[in-house]
Amino acid sequence: MKIEQVPQDNANMLEGKFKEPCYALDENGKYTTVRSVGWDPKNVVMQDAWDAVNERIENIKAKVISGELSPIAFYMEKNLMDTKILASYVNLWRWTVKKHCKMKVFDKLPDSILIKYAETFDIELGQLKNKELI
Amino acid sequence: MDIDFKHAQSAHCENGVTSNLLKHYNINLSEPMIFGIGSGLFFSYLPFLKVNHIPVTTFRPLPGVIFKRAAKRIGFKIKSKRFSDPKEAMDALDEKLEQGIPVGMLVGVYHLTYFPKPYRFHFNAHNLVVYGKKDGNYLISDPIMETYTTLTYKELQRVRYAKGVFAPKGHMYWAEKIPQQINLEKAIVEGIKKTAKDMLKIPIPLFGVKGIRYLASQVRKYPNKLGDRKAAQYLGQIVRSQEEIGTGGAGFRFMFAAFLQEASDILKMPKLHDLALEMTAIGDLWREFAVDTARIVKARTKINDPYQGVANMLLVIADREKKVYEDLRNLIK
Repeated sequence: MKIEQVPQDNANMLEGKFKEPCYALDENGKYTTVRSVGWDPKNVVMQDAWDAVNERIENIKAKVISGELSPIAFYMEKNLMDTKILASYVNLWRWTVKKHCKMKVFDKLPDSILIKYAETFDIELGQLKNKELI
Repeated sequence: MDIDFKHAQSAHCENGVTSNLLKHYNINLSEPMIFGIGSGLFFSYLPFLKVNHIPVTTFRPLPGVIFKRAAKRIGFKIKSKRFSDPKEAMDALDEKLEQGIPVGMLVGVYHLTYFPKPYRFHFNAHNLVVYGKKDGNYLISDPIMETYTTLTYKELQRVRYAKGVFAPKGHMYWAEKIPQQINLEKAIVEGIKKTAKDMLKIPIPLFGVKGIRYLASQVRKYPNKLGDRKAAQYLGQIVRSQEEIGTGGAGFRFMFAAFLQEASDILKMPKLHDLALEMTAIGDLWREFAVDTARIVKARTKINDPYQGVANMLLVIADREKKVYEDLRNLIK
């Protein structure tokens, strides 16, 4: 890649926080770096990956509304976690977290447990408990 | 406590932290140099290891390996420590800062506040340097950023204790012994040898050139085996790791070419310069692979042909890379 070929396709993936150094050849055939805001093919595959995440979140949201899954399942997905990661954050067994993802079990959980989840998800306890808020 | 720490942005965090820490001790090596000496170029396809439900493809060795190898080959002694107690980890950091020692550490990016949101997932092997404390905030030199940044006590503690794969557990490291003199030629030779060997000789078909070929054979099966949506996601993931923050473009191939160019001058081997150009051409092929992949992902097509097309590209890349590593092995004995 030559320096004039370094793409500058902005899809706001870096949110203007920084530009990424790309290695490219200058006019004398020497390597240097050029900062790039993005590249279309990369933007496309990243957007596709985020679309897949959002689809999963929407799926789970529907299941929470129908009363099958609990808000814990929803916020877990929203925070890009799986039961393994979440279990280590709240310091519980994985299968316990799995159980807590069911609405029937969730409804009986004491605040002392729920607060651990709320802290992990960076939300108030009230928000976690209120199924209308998801 | 004020440590005069010079920050420089780099493509990859691990090279960047290594390069910035060395610079602090007056050893000036570029990012490609660190990358090459640390044998940072690699390839593996791990169908059984899934992140976010998709198999892992990676263009680099395991986190921490580049740093370790580069430090060892340069003769830089590093001490590192993990802590079971988060408070202890923060106290130990404060103590080092009091002594005027900049401290490198591993953190998770999910809760890293200054990171762009589209890149924030549960990746726990990001490196940064803490070089001081001001008004209760920690002064941070994060190599992916263009300049210095800060984190509060709570924010820093949180990212040091991120959970999941490769949980950092407060892992921090600092320089113990700085070499008086470095044998750069020897370090470069060792770096190149290891890269060529790993890309050619690992007797498991998931790694190196064989890994690229194996990936090609898998890509051919994606559309029929997975259906259009999933097939596109699997294919897209390859490009994501190829071009994600830190590779400098084309899965580190351009960075490696830059290293070969510098090495050519230092070792006085003009042939390395030719190989740098060939590696650049191979990097351009990886970029073409990304362009075609994005086209497939965008169209979400289930037709077989485009998948066969990108798989064929991977085979061409594998052949040409193989030749480069063989030439390197013959050149540097």
